[in-house]
Amino acid sequence: MQIIKDKEIINNSWSYIADDDALKTGDISVSVSRWKKDKDILIKHQGKIGIRLRPEDTTGDIADDLGNLQLIELDFPSLADGRLFSHAWLLRGRYHYAGEIRATGHYLPDQVFYLSRVGVNAFSPEKPEDLPVVLASLNDFSVTYQCSIN
Amino acid sequence: MYQYNEYDQTLVDERVAQFRRQTQRFLNGELTADQFRPLRLRNGLYIQTHAPMLRIAGPYGLLNSKQFRTLAHIARKYDKNYCHFTTRQNIQFNWPKLEEVPDILEELARVQMHAIQTSGNCMRNTSTDHLAGVCIDEIEDPRPYCEIIRQWTTLHPEFDYLPRKFKIAVSGSLRDRAATQFHDIGVHIVKNDAGETGFKILVGGGLGRTPIIGQVIKPYLERRHLLSYLEAILRIYNLFGRRDNMYKARIKILLKESGMEKFSAMVEKEWQLIRDGRELSDDRIEAIKAYFNPPVYDPDAAQDQTFEHYQLTDKAFSAWVKHNLANHKIPGYRAVFISLKAPDTAPGDMTDTQLDAVADLADQYSYGEIRITHRQNLVFADVKELDLYSLWQQLDVLKLATPNIGTVTDMICCPGLDFCSLANAGSIGISKEIHQVLDDMDYVYDIGELKINISGCMNGCAHQSVGHIGILGVDKNGSEWYQLTLGGSSENEAAIGDRLGPAIAKDQVTKAITTILDVYVNQRQDDESFLEMVKRVGVTPFKEQVYANH
Ligand code: SF4
Repeated sequence: MQIIKDKEIINNSWSYIADDDALKTGDISVSVSRWKKDKDILIKHQGKIGIRLRPEDTTGDIADDLGNLQLIELDFPSLADGRLFSHAWLLRGRYHYAGEIRATGHYLPDQVFYLSRVGVNAFSPEKPEDLPVVLASLNDFSVTYQCSIN
Repeated sequence: MYQYNEYDQTLVDERVAQFRRQTQRFLNGELTADQFRPLRLRNGLYIQTHAPMLRIAGPYGLLNSKQFRTLAHIARKYDKNYCHFTTRQNIQFNWPKLEEVPDILEELARVQMHAIQTSGNCMRNTSTDHLAGVCIDEIEDPRPYCEIIRQWTTLHPEFDYLPRKFKIAVSGSLRDRAATQFHDIGVHIVKNDAGETGFKILVGGGLGRTPIIGQVIKPYLERRHLLSYLEAILRIYNLFGRRDNMYKARIKILLKESGMEKFSAMVEKEWQLIRDGRELSDDRIEAIKAYFNPPVYDPDAAQDQTFEHYQLTDKAFSAWVKHNLANHKIPGYRAVFISLKAPDTAPGDMTDTQLDAVADLADQYSYGEIRITHRQNLVFADVKELDLYSLWQQLDVLKLATPNIGTVTDMICCPGLDFCSLANAGSIGISKEIHQVLDDMDYVYDIGELKINISGCMNGCAHQSVGHIGILGVDKNGSEWYQLTLGGSSENEAAIGDRLGPAIAKDQVTKAITTILDVYVNQRQDDESFLEMVKRVGVTPFKEQVYANH
């Protein structure tokens, strides 16, 4: 599967491990609750660790762990749930997270310009054929009115 | 007024291009109806009963003659030769074709207009006082701050997918003409003891299904912190506003459920973390203010004698002077209300011919500027007394001089069942019928100030819950019924109207209104207004008469 990271199409190296699935090798992301529960094991994991954040999660809950995390996925249950935009802003602006923030789930290419402005730097589109649209949509606007992350 | 620079123009042009691509993808089947919906809403495009409806922003209600001519042109070329002005100081077209909307938006962009964020769950057009800059009770002109807020809210990356729509209004005068107590955020310009300008911030007001009066969250905010404070409120709302039930998703419900103390503590904590480094500089404020400098007034304007003379000799002119003018802070000038409430027309509607003619009159008499009021009329803010008589004559020919501003026939009315797919009942027909029976202007003037607001459903686009008399369309087994309320107000003495009693059948509404007016005329004390009388006696005396034969 391919994704966009830092405005380039690349191969995805990460897999998400559902809460009741066994961990596997390689770069993996887990839910916030799994991270909390299995933190000790996960820290020793061979490979990179990421968290998949849902809108109802609280960024403050993982603020102290950010140093251990190479990826934070923002998992859109629907394109209308705007909480993840604030989560991204908080991760970058308040907690100074410097790793990858990736949008995943049900969102539209039409939202990636805003997402990039609040600090999202990677996009896993819902439909693989949307990759070129996502890439193009990152340049929807050349001007902005407010300060944000970017 | 504010003029776009290259930067503003680029932003609006790029938005049009973006929407053109989106529309194309929808028409090609690459976007589903559900996916396209939030995108088109954020560009003002609804799907209504008969056709799409396009809502165009009137930034804080201020337009110029060139923009009016473009509206006339759009009405002719893409619509059925008319448009509609709304309570949010916006403009609506009821019959555009979906595939032509990008072209319409492109034509609008050429005259510095757009439809960005005029619907959808995002920050909407900021509204303000239609007499801003000229009224005699002004502390400071609110429009520069409106423009600052307009820019900040436009394409805000973090707050475009809020739990629900979000409306901000700014008032800069003692009398609140912008209904700020019924906005998600109300901003009042105030001065502190040192005479410095700042803001009193209200939050959590709103109309619709659950009308609530806003509460003061910050009695005095230094003006440089305006945007960081708004950001703090919006972030808390975006994170914690309810998303499980659209009827409980406005900020007023978050405020109600968490309590003011907890809510304001959250906002304060957030604000303390972001306030430094985001200040509005004095230079920035002054630069925006410069766009709203008053025009060069004629120093001899007050010397005119003819105005007095025509009032004495022409009764019709004098009635218009009495009802359709507002005082101006410069002697010899008046603000003129252009009534869009002629009998037999839908309140707030204008034809292409009227739009063009008003553009010409604005150029001739009021520095080319036109304002939209939240009661769906227009204002020429800077007219010389010397010019009033000829302006009036020309407006009269255009059927735009009905001398009824602030009277019972100056009704606010939503599109209702005639156009709106959400409606339970018609509203335009009701307003026309009321207008018809109240054709005796002496009676209308004797009643004095009385605001009737008519909405076709609970969404309350015509603000019926704050009408002195509110009329709300409800559905009763598939037929149109109306719920009446009395005693609402959106001004300083903000109040939500009390229910008169059970809903009334459509053919009884006008009768009920005339009965209510008769009760008032017969039982008022001295020069008590309708609103004052309702406050004094409650709804009972009205109720007894209206339901007497039921
Ligand atoms: S009040 Fe209801 S009927 Fe009237 S315009 Fe609003 S949604 Fe439509």
